[in-house]
Amino acid sequence: MVTRQQLLFLSLATPNLNSQVVAWSLFDGTGRTTTMAGDSEVPPYESVLAAMKDGWRVIQVPQLTAALPGQEHQTDFPRFEYVLEKLQDGGSPRG
Amino acid sequence: MADPPVAEGSHLTSSEVASFVAHGFLRFDELIPPALCSGALAEIASGFEPTPYGAPRDSRAGQWPGRPLAELWPDSRAIRPILLLPRVSGIVESLLGPGALYDHHYAHVIPPHQRWSQPWHADAILDPRPLAFDIQLFFFFHDTPRQAGGTMILPGSQFRRVNESDISRTQNFRGQVATVCRAGTLLVCHHGLWHCGQPNQTDRPRTMLKLRLGPAAQQLRRWDLRDVDDPTIVQTLRTEHLWMGSAEARLEIVHRIRLWRYLTGNDRFDIDHWLTRIQDRQSP
Repeated sequence: MVTRQQLLFLSLATPNLNSQVVAWSLFDGTGRTTTMAGDSEVPPYESVLAAMKDGWRVIQVPQLTAALPGQEHQTDFPRFEYVLEKLQDGGSPRG
Repeated sequence: MADPPVAEGSHLTSSEVASFVAHGFLRFDELIPPALCSGALAEIASGFEPTPYGAPRDSRAGQWPGRPLAELWPDSRAIRPILLLPRVSGIVESLLGPGALYDHHYAHVIPPHQRWSQPWHADAILDPRPLAFDIQLFFFFHDTPRQAGGTMILPGSQFRRVNESDISRTQNFRGQVATVCRAGTLLVCHHGLWHCGQPNQTDRPRTMLKLRLGPAAQQLRRWDLRDVDDPTIVQTLRTEHLWMGSAEARLEIVHRIRLWRYLTGNDRFDIDHWLTRIQDRQSP
């Protein structure tokens, strides 16, 4: 038996890990679930902290960077995106 | 050839334009009469006009972009009359001004049992224009229940500076809206609005005609201005969409203040003194 990685991306309303999830994605390396844009209206967790309590490990936190001069009002990607993982039993290795 | 003048009473109100500025789209349910919807679907099914998207520059379709909309498709029996409907031409003139320019069109026909969603994206390429904008008309000529998908949009995303599918890692946002609608519905979107076509789980193809248009003149006070001082306009422009978070929502309001100034010509318009404070205190 080998393990496979599940990645959960949670974007928060603020950098605070207990703030509300505003955007989310799941990519399942076990192949048991398939996900795509627009497939759910309710986030899997209310916060990153809630996901941690359910066993998700935070593997990346967003860097907090000051706006560049002249770009103080620019908006683009969701700013506070956390990456979490779970390792799951994923069947036999290929080859 | 020029289109006839837009009929009185067909333009948008200030409240509607403010809603477009705040949310990046306007929706008009069952605007297109059933007979024209049927005619448009028949035209699309018979091939309609090829899109200039990807067409060779020296082809007929490749020479359309940038030409006045009024010159296009003179022989069309449904789609051209739809564009000449007073309300449709009034919407276009309200947002773009007179003489709108054709950019491109594309008839999206999603086959039955299409299981996959388009990823989130903004169309074309990242557009660096700070204020001027194009609009995209999304026509839904038949009933579109959720099972048929509909174009999903993210209200308020139009000012976000991302290039095409660079946002595609994100699958869902609080406040995303699938276009579930009756036949004849028109969605009018800012060119920068994030969207994605949804799976079609029905037994019938789903058709949506997209038409992108750009301004030929400055987009200044082109709508029915009688309610331009309506106090509810400020409330509309202050809307905070859940997916933004409260701090970034404030920056989105700044973008809306700037666009409202551009559209109304009122350089002193402000909300909570945010831009006035900066303008009036430029010295160190």
